[in-house]
Amino acid sequence: MLTYSIKRLASAIPTLFFLITVAFFLIRIAPGGPFDTERALPAEIEANLAAKYHLDEPLVFQYARYLWQIARFDFGPSFHYLDWSINDLIAQGAPVSFTLGAMALVIALLVGVPIGAWAALRQNRPTDYTVMSVAMVGISIPNFVMAPLLILLFAVTLGWLPAGGWAFEPSRMLLPVITLALPMIAYIARITRGSMIEVLHSSFIRTARAKGMPEKEVLMNHALRPALLPVISYLGPAAAGILTGSVVVERIFTIPGIGSYFVQGALNRDYTLVMGVVILYGVLIIAFNFLVDLLYAWLDPRIRYDEVDV
Amino acid sequence: MRRILLVLLLSVSLIACDTDSTSDTSSEPAALMAEPVAFEPTEAGRPPKSALASEQVVHRGNAEEPQTLDPHLAQGVPAMTILRDLFEGLTTTEPNGRIVPGSAAHWDISRDGLVYTFYLDPDSRWSNGEPLTAQDFVWSWKRVVDPATAASYGRMLVPVKNAGAILAGEMAVDSLGVEALSDSSFQVTLEAPTPYFLGLLAHPTTYPVHRPSLEAHGAAHVRPGQLVSNGAYSLSDWQVRASIDLVGNPHYRRAGEVIVERVVYYPFDDEGTEFNRFRAGDLHWTYQVPSNRFGWLQDNMSEALQVAPWFGTYFFGFNLQQPPFQDNLALRQALNLAVDREILTSRVTRFGEIPTYNLIPPGLPDYTPFVPEQAEWTQGEREAASQRLYAEAGYSRDNPLTVELRYNSSENHRRVAVAVAAMWKQVLGVQTRLINEEFRVFLQNRTMGRVTEAFRAGWIGDYQDAFTFLELFHSQHARNDTGYANPRYDLLLEQIAAERISALRRNLMIEAERMLLADQVILPTFVYVSKRLVNPRLKGWQDNVMDHHLTRHMYLLRSIESTVPDAHTGQTEDG
Repeated sequence: MLTYSIKRLASAIPTLFFLITVAFFLIRIAPGGPFDTERALPAEIEANLAAKYHLDEPLVFQYARYLWQIARFDFGPSFHYLDWSINDLIAQGAPVSFTLGAMALVIALLVGVPIGAWAALRQNRPTDYTVMSVAMVGISIPNFVMAPLLILLFAVTLGWLPAGGWAFEPSRMLLPVITLALPMIAYIARITRGSMIEVLHSSFIRTARAKGMPEKEVLMNHALRPALLPVISYLGPAAAGILTGSVVVERIFTIPGIGSYFVQGALNRDYTLVMGVVILYGVLIIAFNFLVDLLYAWLDPRIRYDEVDV
Repeated sequence: MRRILLVLLLSVSLIACDTDSTSDTSSEPAALMAEPVAFEPTEAGRPPKSALASEQVVHRGNAEEPQTLDPHLAQGVPAMTILRDLFEGLTTTEPNGRIVPGSAAHWDISRDGLVYTFYLDPDSRWSNGEPLTAQDFVWSWKRVVDPATAASYGRMLVPVKNAGAILAGEMAVDSLGVEALSDSSFQVTLEAPTPYFLGLLAHPTTYPVHRPSLEAHGAAHVRPGQLVSNGAYSLSDWQVRASIDLVGNPHYRRAGEVIVERVVYYPFDDEGTEFNRFRAGDLHWTYQVPSNRFGWLQDNMSEALQVAPWFGTYFFGFNLQQPPFQDNLALRQALNLAVDREILTSRVTRFGEIPTYNLIPPGLPDYTPFVPEQAEWTQGEREAASQRLYAEAGYSRDNPLTVELRYNSSENHRRVAVAVAAMWKQVLGVQTRLINEEFRVFLQNRTMGRVTEAFRAGWIGDYQDAFTFLELFHSQHARNDTGYANPRYDLLLEQIAAERISALRRNLMIEAERMLLADQVILPTFVYVSKRLVNPRLKGWQDNVMDHHLTRHMYLLRSIESTVPDAHTGQTEDG
């Protein structure tokens, strides 16, 4: 297991390096630059800005400079938010996105897994159909429809909750967390149901039942663990996605997370900001996929990664 | 994918509003539209204390997050609005937009109009209590023109002696025509008399910046706890993309007259979100209103809806550097005449925009725009003339012009472009290809002038003078995307810059605008309006053409409902 972990972590370095390289050159290909505005700058000032941010150097030099910077965990100054560095912006935005994302994730698991398992136990009965139809609707309604609807109902019409804005208070977090969690609940419920049905038909469950094991124990100890494997593999990338914020939810609820930076950074040609969030997202994806693999081994005794046992 | 989502999001948030428009409106929170108390103003024109709300905290929506709060580097209306609260220039504006003394109590202007001596208000202080001095202005203005600063509006100071050469790196920064005669008198020498110079001094680029904190903290000098400013408010908190919180500055020279104690600015990426926050009672003032809901707003929120003419023009430019518009005056004129501005403003933009055939918007104190004769014609006459010119240019229904009309992606620009293309088609049979581009791609294409034919443009004046519009079409101007290069026009601009007699200068400007319009360089469509929702209890501000609204002029009235005397209000007033 240890050898495996070390190997996995070592292989993450070339992956990240590749990601950084591709992202760095792709964003530079986009026409227009960070300092283009409708009020065109005089040539001499443009030249000064370019020099200040080393944009006048050959691209390869800039790339080398950037690699050297991030090797020291310095993501550079923002090209758009002039008063802040990328480290500042991510340090301010990431806790917000992480909090919302983590809460949505926990709720989605706590609600989605039981619903899915329950539907599986009542396969092809009215309960199953109802739960799965609701889940399908949950997947189909995009968050940019759900969010304004929730605001209109709970904030504008009923006046129970704020219409947006951010503070670490339950009332401000409730609607965004619900918006983020709903489609995940639906996904998780559907995946759990599918794999649970498959597991319930497998031979080891039949054996357990044949041995006279109480049904509750069969479900909790033998069925649920392997049934969760597909949920776990879905959760790896999904968690990285939800923790880095959602541009739609942030825009509609005016939440200062980092999700908007993926879009705003690109539109503003804020090169360093785009790189910063892309790297963060990349690191999270790699980390969560690694975690998923470890969880696999823990959940399913049949899976072992190397000869040396844990 | 995210980009597509964003576009979808924009449209859906509008749909979401529309669905709501059919629902009953009785659900408006009562507190939001509560009628303010009536009051008799005091002798100073201010409200008596008894009419004021006990809590003077104003919440203002403010479009995008400011790029910076450094007045010399800032750009964009949202940043400027906050800076006008945080800082104060030598002059400032009244609620109606009139330029009045600010940090300078008064000034002398030399007979030739070249030397201005400003005498600072003895009460002018920084927010840390230190006195504001003439040396602060000398240092700040040199910082603005120093090429190393790369100030975005550095050219604002070009009227000052040697500023242009310093910006271009041809002269030393110390040669700038500014001098501190004493701690309290600041002298400026100009290149040429500049009638709008006092107006420039209310612009954030000319504000003083506190040297010790800039030297101590570098770029971080604008963060809360480090920003030292000289305006009515100081920065107390800044959560990036969440809120910017200002509190009254006790050292402000007129601190006693400021009623609003705290103002919070919120950035909004989405106008629908801002609108919902206003309806939920979270905001007193919005930056904009959802663009296609004028009718609904007029019917349901007329007491909050505020629309006023703005100092900006929406127009289309013709690229004169290549076919089909190069050397084809008749064609440009034909396209210009075929557009029905009345329909554009009454059916498409629908917010009371003013149809125009001019570049320079109305409302300037010292300028009456020249009115082209076609403005007086009926649309039928214009269309007849348009068809005649179209034929003259060598086109017909059988041999129609094919043209590209380019705009930056936005629902509003799309609607205007579609309408213009439809009018060209209907009147002349022109085949228009609409091309929308992401903003920076669009700007780059416009600047290069290689692929553009007709393109959207717009301009909001930087200072109250016609020159802010006319200079755009100087052959050397960086934003002259039409490629207009008329030596006679350039000469006129140079004469305007040097003219000392204001009546002559005005005539030269009228002549320049007439020349520009006669050359059919642009297709003006309408004058912008500012449009926002304001809580009826928020008073003290007035419409003005520059759309500058300083929080220190504002105050919150009590609502009629809360005038019933109760112990609570009594207590707060005593406190």
